[in-house]
Amino acid sequence: MTGASSVALTAAALLAAAVATVALGVYGGRLSRTTSDFLVASRTVGSRWNAAAISGEYLSAASFLGVAGLVAKYGADALWYPIGFTAGYLGLLMFVAAPLRRSGAYTVPDFTEFRLASPRLRTATMLFVVVICVLYLVPQYQGAGLTLNILLGLPFWIGPVAVAAIVIANVVGGGMRSVTFVQAFQYWLKLTAIAIPALTLLALFVADRPPLGGPLPPRVDEHTTVAIQTDVVVQVDVPDGVTVSGTLDGRPVQDTRITSAGEYTLGAGTTVTLAAGAATPVVAGAPSTGDEWIGSGGGLGGAHPLYQVLSIIVATFLGTMGLPHVLVRFYTNPDGRAARRTALAVIALLSVFYAFPTLMGVFARLYVPQLLITGTADAAVLLMPQAAIAGLPGQLLAALAAAGAIAAFLATSSGLLVSVAGALATDVLRGRVRDFRTAALIGGALPLPLALAASTLELSRNVGLVFAVAASTLCPLLVLGIWWRGLTAAGAVCGLLAGGIASGAAAALTLVGGLDDTLLGGWPAVLAGYPAMFSVPLAFVVMIVASRITRAAIPADTSRVFARMHLPERLGMSVERVPGD
Amino acid sequence: MRTRVEVEEQTEVGDALVRGLVRAQLGLALRLATVVMSAVLVILASGRLFPVLITTAVFGIRLNWLLLAVLSYPLLYVVGRLYVRLAEQGERDIVRVVDEEP
Repeated sequence: MTGASSVALTAAALLAAAVATVALGVYGGRLSRTTSDFLVASRTVGSRWNAAAISGEYLSAASFLGVAGLVAKYGADALWYPIGFTAGYLGLLMFVAAPLRRSGAYTVPDFTEFRLASPRLRTATMLFVVVICVLYLVPQYQGAGLTLNILLGLPFWIGPVAVAAIVIANVVGGGMRSVTFVQAFQYWLKLTAIAIPALTLLALFVADRPPLGGPLPPRVDEHTTVAIQTDVVVQVDVPDGVTVSGTLDGRPVQDTRITSAGEYTLGAGTTVTLAAGAATPVVAGAPSTGDEWIGSGGGLGGAHPLYQVLSIIVATFLGTMGLPHVLVRFYTNPDGRAARRTALAVIALLSVFYAFPTLMGVFARLYVPQLLITGTADAAVLLMPQAAIAGLPGQLLAALAAAGAIAAFLATSSGLLVSVAGALATDVLRGRVRDFRTAALIGGALPLPLALAASTLELSRNVGLVFAVAASTLCPLLVLGIWWRGLTAAGAVCGLLAGGIASGAAAALTLVGGLDDTLLGGWPAVLAGYPAMFSVPLAFVVMIVASRITRAAIPADTSRVFARMHLPERLGMSVERVPGD
Repeated sequence: MRTRVEVEEQTEVGDALVRGLVRAQLGLALRLATVVMSAVLVILASGRLFPVLITTAVFGIRLNWLLLAVLSYPLLYVVGRLYVRLAEQGERDIVRVVDEEP
């Protein structure tokens, strides 16, 4: 599928994007000398620039590749992921933005110290900041592995190692953090890199209007060979023209025609050949016919689709409130009012962006249906331009999409790593520049084994798990801390632990291999794969109950703290906190 | 400027003002969140209760896709915009109360 010239073109685009990101990072590092400098000086950033910067840092591998992959595979129900990724900012706007900014705190652990003055709670919060960032780095690294593997044919491990090396070097050597305009530029780069291919394909689609619904699975237009890299169970609806070489249902086979519809297990190293016009087999559990795909209610593979969708909604709508690398940018607004306007502008920017991955997911079923066999539908954005458009234009569009993808991994990973390193350096080590570098090295290396060992490669689903952890830990802490005077330090720690352990254990189980889908009607597998529905209420309830029990420990100055968080700055109550106080 | 001093020094009147503001802002956020969640639940339920909604196409796009992929984003933005306007109004009111002599 990829000729030598297109590999060279793609490699050049990847390299250019990586070099540009590193160079901008170094340049940005020069401009901002210390964390304190950056944060305090930037408390003058306007809401439009800030919103573009937040979106630039937020749109990760999951948004750039994962959304299209899930839409291609699961259809209508997968649309809840991009809606949730956007709606999270509505939650952030309404429940967190202005009071958090007015608290004057500069990180989440610092906020907890401002609110409840407890070093133990500060440590617990710092721990969860690190856990969330490390888990969030995993799908970024996986996305890099997938991209380099699909486009350049490199072994999977090279991508994660390369991105980790670049990001660690960038954060360790380049300084603290990119300045606002670099991050803002990232948003426009990613938007361009996905919008141009998507609009080109849209023009192509409108020109021939191929049917999307219908009773049949998607068909390939020409003779196609698909290599299976990991064992997979596929559903074959129409067997005509499907031949298999390798391992079929555990038996070695050579050029065997599939003769009847049903489920088949394909071993690693197997090759599936589809004759021109043959219907594609689809990963078992995903909708195979056009009608199933276009309809709502099918879920995202596995049992209990309604529970899955509800849990995704809870995790994504509330999870953004607990993402440390997003929250840190809100402290750079000049005041609470600007913080609200920034969040609103982010909703607009994300709404525009997500139209394009959604379109790409729809077109993937038409132009690269063979991806549905292997389950690596996340590669759709990268492969589609060349599959649909012949010659140089297709190659150029593919190179553009690849550059956008690598920019997405690097920007989000850098932001996350800065948050990990910042938290570790100020709260565990002694906060010197050398400590920050050590912390960056540790924080960047930690996700590597996880990324290489993780079984599921669906990027958006993995990111959804991280949202569930964030929604079960930092979200209740911030929401209750901001709106409820009754919160105590002990209650907050109990709630953090309850929500964190419940969601974290579920995420770990799913990442290392998941549970058997057939066990106890599929409930254990679904609960572990989508924990937010029970772990978020659990965290809130434990936090409230434990605070009521320890209510003697409510800090005496709670009224003053509330006045500072909620009164407009004009009334002169807010006090800025800076690192090192 | 007696009220301003009362707010800053956490007298009973000042504390009551802050409590009122917090309650109003939280109530506003919760009401709007309820609107959004109702819309979400209606979309989820309509697909299951009235399958005809899924098979209907408007402008060549199935209704469920139109709702999820297109219309839900303006809804989020409009709710956010409404919140910003009403929350700022609430803040202006309290600033006026504090700045005016009673």
